[in-house]
Amino acid sequence: MDIETIVNFSLLILLALTVVVLIRMKSLLAIALSSGVYSFLSAGLFVAMDAVDVAFTEAAVGAGITTILLLGTIAITGREQTVSKHKRFLPIAVITITGAALIYGTLDMPLYGDANAPIHTHVAPHYLTQSSEEIGIPNVVTSVLASYRGYDTLGEVAVIFTAAVGVLLLLGKTAKRGRPKQ
Amino acid sequence: MITGYFNYWVVIILMMMGFYIVISDSNLIKKIIGLNIFQTSVFILFISMSKVKGGTAPILIAEADVYSNPLPHVLILTAIVVGVSTSALGLAIIARIHRAYGTVDETVIHEQDDLQDEN
Repeated sequence: MDIETIVNFSLLILLALTVVVLIRMKSLLAIALSSGVYSFLSAGLFVAMDAVDVAFTEAAVGAGITTILLLGTIAITGREQTVSKHKRFLPIAVITITGAALIYGTLDMPLYGDANAPIHTHVAPHYLTQSSEEIGIPNVVTSVLASYRGYDTLGEVAVIFTAAVGVLLLLGKTAKRGRPKQ
Repeated sequence: MITGYFNYWVVIILMMMGFYIVISDSNLIKKIIGLNIFQTSVFILFISMSKVKGGTAPILIAEADVYSNPLPHVLILTAIVVGVSTSALGLAIIARIHRAYGTVDETVIHEQDDLQDEN
């Protein structure tokens, strides 16, 4: 086993352990912080898998902004989780069946790192060989994001705008007028 | 064989643990965290598919000739930002629910609703 595989394996195992710990926790503050740890570990995994742009977006946006939003919400709603009894059997049965079906599905997938997988033979070679001529910047991810698939990014901006409007409508001053009286 | 599928299987385990939090936990904030875990596991699945053995990050340099696939990276960059937007909206709805009901626990909210229906 080479060093790349070992790093990959240990980060994946750490991710799984973080989620196991997170499921068992009761304090919401600790849960929010361990979800930040989970995001940082996945950012590390993205670096190990050559996705550097994804890694720093995940570290800044996933681990940073999401954790801040979670902490802000917890500051409003209180940090202790009310413990309630509920049935465990049904959720475990559901995830076992779904997980087994998905694992059966992976058996048809190309092996990890396979250079001849269908995903690598369609449009990606064009981006890798032509983008420095057509767009003129060395980072292919940026060329695709801002130029070849610029409309996707425009749509993404529309999504952020809609979410921001939604948050402002839900939490802004006008929302107080419609508050139900208890 | 194991190294070829290990990423996918761990991704599915993470995905199912996130799903478990969403369907089994009654705390709404924890449900959003479960959703985030589910989301990130999908990101790892996509990035796993983009990796080429012996490749390097898709930034064109003279010394390298094998690069990982840049397309899934772009899709996931968009997905990360969209994911944060949806969790922000979800958390805002939770803050609003807390303003109206004084709790973020699903079972307590249902009890309050049932009481109101009876009155």
